[in-house]
Amino acid sequence: MGCPLSGLAGNEPTQYFIIIHVKYPNERLYTMAIPDEEFLLKTTSACAGCPSSLILRYVTKAAGADTVLVIPACCTSVIQGVYPTTAMNLPVYNVAFASAAAVASGMSEAFRAEGKKTNVICYAGDGGTIDIGIQALSGALERGTDFLYICYDNEAYSNTGMQRSGATPLGAMTTTTPGGKKDHKKDLDAIVAAHHPVYQATACAAYPQDLYNKVEKALSIPGPKFMHVLAPCPPGWRFPSEKTVEMGKLAVKSGLWVLYERENGKLTITGASKAAMKKRIPIEDYLSVQGRFRKITAEETVKMQQMVEDTIVRLQREVDGIC
Amino acid sequence: MLTFGTGNKAVAMAVRDAKPVVVAAYPITPQTEIVEELANFVTAGSMAARYIPVESEHSSMAACIGAAATGVRTFTATSSHGLVYMCEMLHMSAGARLPIVMANANRALGPGWNIGAEHSDSISMRDTGWLQVYVSTVQEAYDATLMAFRIAEHTDVLLPVMINLDGFLLTHITQTFETVEPGDFLPPTATPHAIDIKNPGGYGTLTPGNTHFTFRRDMERGMRASIAVIEETEADFARRFGREYHLYEEYRCEDADVVIIAMGTLGKEMEVAVDILRDEGIAAGAIRMRWFRPFIVPDLDGKEVVVIDRDYSFGYGGVLAGELQAKSGCKPFSVIAGLGGQEVTYDDIVEFVRIRKPGTEHWFGVVD
Repeated sequence: MGCPLSGLAGNEPTQYFIIIHVKYPNERLYTMAIPDEEFLLKTTSACAGCPSSLILRYVTKAAGADTVLVIPACCTSVIQGVYPTTAMNLPVYNVAFASAAAVASGMSEAFRAEGKKTNVICYAGDGGTIDIGIQALSGALERGTDFLYICYDNEAYSNTGMQRSGATPLGAMTTTTPGGKKDHKKDLDAIVAAHHPVYQATACAAYPQDLYNKVEKALSIPGPKFMHVLAPCPPGWRFPSEKTVEMGKLAVKSGLWVLYERENGKLTITGASKAAMKKRIPIEDYLSVQGRFRKITAEETVKMQQMVEDTIVRLQREVDGIC
Repeated sequence: MLTFGTGNKAVAMAVRDAKPVVVAAYPITPQTEIVEELANFVTAGSMAARYIPVESEHSSMAACIGAAATGVRTFTATSSHGLVYMCEMLHMSAGARLPIVMANANRALGPGWNIGAEHSDSISMRDTGWLQVYVSTVQEAYDATLMAFRIAEHTDVLLPVMINLDGFLLTHITQTFETVEPGDFLPPTATPHAIDIKNPGGYGTLTPGNTHFTFRRDMERGMRASIAVIEETEADFARRFGREYHLYEEYRCEDADVVIIAMGTLGKEMEVAVDILRDEGIAAGAIRMRWFRPFIVPDLDGKEVVVIDRDYSFGYGGVLAGELQAKSGCKPFSVIAGLGGQEVTYDDIVEFVRIRKPGTEHWFGVVD
């Protein structure tokens, strides 16, 4: 019997840890142990400077070996490699575009029924989450599936060559919005929050420690968990491939992307966003270094800046318990 | 145990007796009673399955895929629009060689809204790689459902199985039927490619053309092997539980000059028609096709053939008639009847035989 099961991943994992002590301004000391063990092996098919593979690397380090990845059509379908080889040292189940969260539901229930604690993680792009996969995601969150859904958001259908998605921001050029997008980015986090998952967080490829912490925490809690991770994409956003981390930092420093976590409904701003809540760089500093915003109008830039300010106020009110 | 109930209830009780680990459920008329009964079983504790109340049929098949991928027994049920909505996932489940079992209450597709029996829903899923069996009585609905698990899970097959029962005409009629204690008739699942954390691999990764081609060939190998597995399963079922089934069911065919062929409940109606025709001096027989995939061609040599299709392929013709013609070389009188739950009695079937013109098509009740 033949079936589409790729060959096994190659290398023997090493089992030691790098201990990193991180002190955020005005914060308690975080002690982080990022395992040296790699689950995303070298020689993937990712583009140079790919944030999706960077994120996946830390996600899988935090998750550990007792994990199955459920991956709908997205960049990671390609990144993991071509049959009969795979760059993933974990079981990866590739599924239809709209179905990731529903497949994870069935998988998680089957594991739990058999008494297994195996992590079930959906790792999906923004198209597979915000657009075609949102119904399945909503259903899985609502019925309390014990899983972690991670949306890595490169703000377009990047795998198919950069078409507009519901996550594409205002003013951004894609191959289907050659004049720049005229609509706002869909507020995925508000939609997810309306389902009251046990844990919800944002993260960014530029801050792997923050990302690692959140994945580790999420997986320690039973129930539906969701993470939204910004993934600055060099070919899609049109910036040099060595500037992925820099672009992510600009997104956070401008306040356009806020790092936070919401645990049992309580919102906490994390990492570099603590400073950005108080003082931010202008949005132009983020937009002007990306080719995709070449056609953004002054009016749209003002709207983007206003949206940032509104989001910061809204999140601060939530932190302060005013909302 | 002798009991009575609807076709839907029989399916649900067979599922209960097969002890699946995961059931995905989404309601649709006329199948809903199946998922309701299963919910009752789970709530009452007579069934230990995890019951996943999904938000769509696309997701019900997705959930079955996720569960079956870990190697456990799974079930779902659907009908009509639900079935075609999960079409993508039918391809995905068969391609992933997952032995999922599903009941489909055959029903017409819109527009306009029609909830009557019609085979167009399952027939249009013909090329997905699913095995399809069509049943005609409440007892057969129970028995075929139980056997479906064993056939699907057999390592020579590892393809999903769809049990088709006519909407309302079978899902909602009540008959007596006997349940069984399957015991080792249903061995535990042993999916060879179940996810194994200690042996990680990629499932359904990017697959080059040549390899994809060999996977498709393997699916066909499983489909062809399923014929022997079905026969062996049906024989073992007969030995253990005393009820006999075959790939197709013949009625008074030995000396027949003309045979009527159909699937589902019409297949039972035909038997009465055959008796009437015999009384009239017409040497008629009937063949009820049970398995549509794999497609098994009866010996039709030297016989006139009347095929009743409760389906239609636009621009082509009745699908069962077309396939029988293609595979056997017969020139059937193709009757299109019963679409959208249109009533077709044994008297009507008698009339089809009386007016037969080999090689032509007749739409019952339609004046051109």
